[in-house]
Amino acid sequence: MSYEPVTLADYGDFETSWCPGCGNFAIVEAVKQTLVAAGLAPHQVIFVSGIGQAAKAPHYLRANFFNGLHGRALPVATGIKLANPAFKVIVESGDGCMYGEGGNHFLAAIRRNINLTVLAHNNQVYGLTKGQASPTSQEGFTSNVQPHGAQSRAFNPVAVAVAMRASFVARAFSGRHDHLVEVLRRALAHPGFALVDVLQPCLSFNKINTFKWYSDRCVDLPPEYDPGDWRKAMETADIWGGQIPIGVLYEETRPTYEDRLADRAKSTAQPSANNRRDALCAIMMSHA
Amino acid sequence: MDPRNFQVTIGGQAGQGLVTLGWALARALVRSGYHIAVTQSYMSRVRGGHNTFAIRAGTGFVGAPQEAIDLLIALNNETAELHRAAVAQTDGVVILSSASATIAGRSLRVPYKELADSRHEDMIALGVAAAILGLDLSLVSGVVSSRFETKDAASVHVNSAAVTAGYEWGKHAPPALNVSLPPVRAADMRLMLNGNEALALGALAAGVRFCAFYPMSPSTSIMLELAKHADVMGVVVEQAEDEIAAINMAIGAAYAGGRSMTATSGGGFALMTEAVSLAAATEIPVVIVVAQRPGPATGLPTRTEQSDLEFVLHAGHGEFPRALLTPGTVEACFELMRRAFTLAEASQGPVFVMTDQFLADSYRDVLPFDLNEPPLRPPPVAEPVQDSYRSYALTASGVSPRLVPCASGHLVVADSHEHAENGHITEEPALRTQMVDKRLRKLAVLSANVAPPEYAGSDAPELLLVSWGSSKGAVAEAAARLNALGQDVATLHFDQVWPMVPSQFLGRLQAARHTVCVEGNATRQFARLLRRESGFLIGRSVCRYDGYPFTSEYIVERLSHEL
Repeated sequence: MSYEPVTLADYGDFETSWCPGCGNFAIVEAVKQTLVAAGLAPHQVIFVSGIGQAAKAPHYLRANFFNGLHGRALPVATGIKLANPAFKVIVESGDGCMYGEGGNHFLAAIRRNINLTVLAHNNQVYGLTKGQASPTSQEGFTSNVQPHGAQSRAFNPVAVAVAMRASFVARAFSGRHDHLVEVLRRALAHPGFALVDVLQPCLSFNKINTFKWYSDRCVDLPPEYDPGDWRKAMETADIWGGQIPIGVLYEETRPTYEDRLADRAKSTAQPSANNRRDALCAIMMSHA
Repeated sequence: MDPRNFQVTIGGQAGQGLVTLGWALARALVRSGYHIAVTQSYMSRVRGGHNTFAIRAGTGFVGAPQEAIDLLIALNNETAELHRAAVAQTDGVVILSSASATIAGRSLRVPYKELADSRHEDMIALGVAAAILGLDLSLVSGVVSSRFETKDAASVHVNSAAVTAGYEWGKHAPPALNVSLPPVRAADMRLMLNGNEALALGALAAGVRFCAFYPMSPSTSIMLELAKHADVMGVVVEQAEDEIAAINMAIGAAYAGGRSMTATSGGGFALMTEAVSLAAATEIPVVIVVAQRPGPATGLPTRTEQSDLEFVLHAGHGEFPRALLTPGTVEACFELMRRAFTLAEASQGPVFVMTDQFLADSYRDVLPFDLNEPPLRPPPVAEPVQDSYRSYALTASGVSPRLVPCASGHLVVADSHEHAENGHITEEPALRTQMVDKRLRKLAVLSANVAPPEYAGSDAPELLLVSWGSSKGAVAEAAARLNALGQDVATLHFDQVWPMVPSQFLGRLQAARHTVCVEGNATRQFARLLRRESGFLIGRSVCRYDGYPFTSEYIVERLSHEL
């Protein structure tokens, strides 16, 4: 199959298991558009996802993908990148998978600064299991298992990521298509760990944070906003309520994990098969 | 003392340098031409406690520790007291400090403070021991230099000086206290490796490219060994944030085309089990080393046991094929680790190598491995890739052609759901059934590659001892001891416990008058597995689950109650 040039049609059109009106549709469309604009063909990209409604997204476009376990998308993606740093890897999952079950991996991946684009579909509720509170559900959010309201304070993924100086942190809204595509473009181009937390409505199970709720609150960062200013980013990432700032909150350039691996490889010269055999022999004989 | 072998045990607190001492003495013995089997016994602490490094050495095959001690190097009084009975069994010699008021039978009291900086007591003791064992000083010094040469010249000098001072002092010990070693003839050059080092070497020989792990005793030193050689061998070794991440990373790396592995122990493996099932569903080859230690839960973190056989055999939800390799020797650690990668690729799924603390830490003398040897039986030739590539194409063998993503125009898909041939989710009942059958067909690929268990002894013995994994050496020695007493005892050892091919061994079991299974757990896990798969009931077992490895004495003693 030839992709000259890459078109939206190359990424296919699939029947989904999502509810009509779900924010996931808009996100998948934005992802396809971003990839086409970047000139990336389906076989040049690997999607890695976990479990949840959002994690099914890779099934609904044509591309390489690894759809693994709940919460474990990031370690799989990390393994892929460490085995072959040249691969373009996009991690896509929901708020429960990325921030709940996968919380430890989220922190570790930020620290590694591995070159991954992480797309978290954040609808502040569990969809696949039908309506329980997620890590990002607001305090007091009532559900079938939290009839008295969620008792834990909501997890703020962008604030945590900025606090850890993740090298790229953005928030977007599925209802702001062009803005989302632009944020995704920048995330994909960023060398290092790039988090895009995409707010999206869940029509079936989140009756609080609706499309209108987000539309009324999401505001663009002002043109003079400097994503290189960490203190300002920390302050901005913490804003949630009457207004929700969207855009690239924080960005810095620092060596990626793969850069450091490559440096190490350079300093030791990647061994040829013959050299590796000789080296192995030397290692064995060092035990004599 | 047994004319053919002897036991040197070094004891003291953690932090007293007994491992350095033991390692150097063992290596000097190997370089002198002796065969060895080391047992390291330590408590779960960095300082204090009571640890031992025991070297069984001999002029012939040595496969296990011995309980009686010929030479005890007591770095503290507690050691002399704890092992008094074991030393008395052989009327052995005790090396201890002249400052010690402890009563020990035939003792050699070393004035450490007068000989060298007492911070190097371990090296002084090494010199004393080498002298009374009659080892060559230059050989011992050479070992010590090689140990410290990676540090600095000053370390080499000060340690060598301490060894020499101890050696000179030891040479003047009363002749009655010399532990005259049996003479040894000049032997082939041999290596000294422990189980974990051999596993790492086996993985490197297999061409491993990616290893992820989370530290856990007794598996950690496999990764330490791999990390040491990672740069020169072009291997990525990653310390993951937890065991769940470690195995998921290994699976991701394998999906991306790199041979990959992880290593852990009981509790860490418990965390990995969901991903074992993931490797099976996605049909990604991955090698998992489980170095057993006693459970449940934290159990005895630094001791040994063979109690995770059923756990590893059944780990992971759903039904899928796997292989369990259980090396009984350091040589087998190397060979089976190399083989594990071949099996994982041939069957595109998880393959396990199970050891335990005893074997992981047990140094042995081995001949250099043949690095040229190709892996046993090549993997089945994948069917040619069709124009419409499907990652889970239904094939006769169950093995689908495997491509690396981003390397061709084909899309490579891995999915944890039940999936169609193209890797996309399906709930279609007929296809689900076909996919289960496809995965299970791969068991035949594994069954066709099972190395038969090793049999030694007469054709219809009075007693057949059955073993798996690390108890091999002790069982062989127990059989040899009983045969020397005129009994007729044979052994049947399993270096692979799954898949099980009863036609390979059923005749042996049936031909023996009595059968006894020797295994390091309380519930006779292997004997029960063997009955389930072959129908043969091994009526008696010798089990050990106190945290310590089998010795031939232990087995013979238990057999005397059993039969």
